[in-house]
Amino acid sequence: MYQNNQRGAALRYSNKMELLIIDNLRKGFKKHKVRAVDDVSFSVFKGEVLGLVGESGCGKSTLAKLVLRLLGADKGSIFYKGKDLFNISHNDMRKTRKDLQIIFQDPYASLDPRMKIGKVIEEVYDIYKNVSENNRKSKTIELLETVGLGETYLNRLPSELSGGERQRVGIARALATDPEFIICDEPVSSLDISVQAQILNLLIELQKRKNLTYLFISHDLGVIGSICDRVMVMQSGKLIESGSCENVFKNPQHQYTKTLLESALLR
Amino acid sequence: MNKLTLFGLGIVGFFIIVAIFAPVIAPYNPGQIDIENILTPPSSSHIFGTDSLGRDLFSRMVYGSRISLMVGFIAVGIAGLIGIALGAIAGYYGKWADTVIMRFIDIMLCFPTFFLILAVIALLEPSIINIMVIIGVTSWMGMARLMRAEILSLKERDFIYAEKAIGASDLRIIARHLIPNAMAPVLVSVTLGIAGAILVESGLSFLGIGVQPPTPSWGNILSEGKAVMGAGWWMMLFPGLSIFITVLGYNLLGEGIREKLLK
Repeated sequence: MYQNNQRGAALRYSNKMELLIIDNLRKGFKKHKVRAVDDVSFSVFKGEVLGLVGESGCGKSTLAKLVLRLLGADKGSIFYKGKDLFNISHNDMRKTRKDLQIIFQDPYASLDPRMKIGKVIEEVYDIYKNVSENNRKSKTIELLETVGLGETYLNRLPSELSGGERQRVGIARALATDPEFIICDEPVSSLDISVQAQILNLLIELQKRKNLTYLFISHDLGVIGSICDRVMVMQSGKLIESGSCENVFKNPQHQYTKTLLESALLR
Repeated sequence: MNKLTLFGLGIVGFFIIVAIFAPVIAPYNPGQIDIENILTPPSSSHIFGTDSLGRDLFSRMVYGSRISLMVGFIAVGIAGLIGIALGAIAGYYGKWADTVIMRFIDIMLCFPTFFLILAVIALLEPSIINIMVIIGVTSWMGMARLMRAEILSLKERDFIYAEKAIGASDLRIIARHLIPNAMAPVLVSVTLGIAGAILVESGLSFLGIGVQPPTPSWGNILSEGKAVMGAGWWMMLFPGLSIFITVLGYNLLGEGIREKLLK
């Protein structure tokens, strides 16, 4: 059974460019007696921006952490480029981690409060030893410039930065491993409206330039509609609808999706 | 910072300076016996008086501060290493590691510490090193609990997930990100712990199984003073007062730091 899945997933990657295949993923929290993620299956194709919408608490962030194996799943499997991430050696997983990154919602919680910005980025190079020690500083500056910051930020602490600037640092950290796939977990929803557009533009520009694949999580349908190719709708742990943005927005099948769309239009 | 905290900091700083500069401050050699001046009361040549062997009490007190503070710092250092390491492991890994470590702490807390120390010292020889080690290995439990509690809440923060996502090892996450961010409450415990360790050392020395004469420590000077209480009040007053003030200083400082952190 497992062998077949593995081979099937490898084929699906090489034939249809299914970069990531999520199969029947489930995660429950015993304390709350709920299934935060309830038998979720979907694929992410290489180079696309896949949206995930749903109200807060519906399990979007848990799903994000499961996909990157930051949390353990109760059941199910994840294939990345045909490799089963739940049946992989410690060493291979370390190498695979490079390809899969995440940008968090709250830029105030996603940076170590005691770590200078330069060190946040350099730490990645320190872990992978992919950049020689002499080049680390210049690579760090280069990366900070890519996200619209610069050398002056090297020795600053997160507490000295604004929310937008911190989110840029978070993006730079995710880019430092040179990933293929990035989960953007509500990357703009805790930022000011004016800053939201800047960060979104940066994310879109990076996606195009580096041919990245995004799983873009948001509760804001406007944001999803403007940047995503396909969209999935999640409600209390289950995926209830998915399809191209156009189809889902114009012709929603599920009652919950209709409600979501209506409430978005009212604003 | 409030006045009491500053006062505590002043006391702590004062005694640390006295300990560091003991050879400069002490007017006499603390071991120098002077048979002609036995038990002389405080005077201009011996400001704290002399003891039953004619040794200058002030000089002995100054050198004794070195021993007392050293025991305090090193004992708490040992306790801190054990407590921080075990607390971090219990908090980060959870599951059976947490169960084993927490039950071990429960067991350690069942022993009446002072009598455990008495029993161990009675078996081993009462050297300064033994005393520091035994105080250290019997007083780490509070720090371990504090560390565990801090790490339990820190490890759910996004920056720790981000570390995992960039492939940081457990050791790197614990040592570079969790422990430094969890140190604040442990620091309070360390400060209060130094006061506790100084008291235990004084208690042991007073009972004659702590730091052994002729090495001066505040506890054994107090113990020698007990024998001549009627003839030389200064022999008990000065060491007693020093212990009292030092412990007060560390406690005030610790409470001050705690208040500052809780705000």
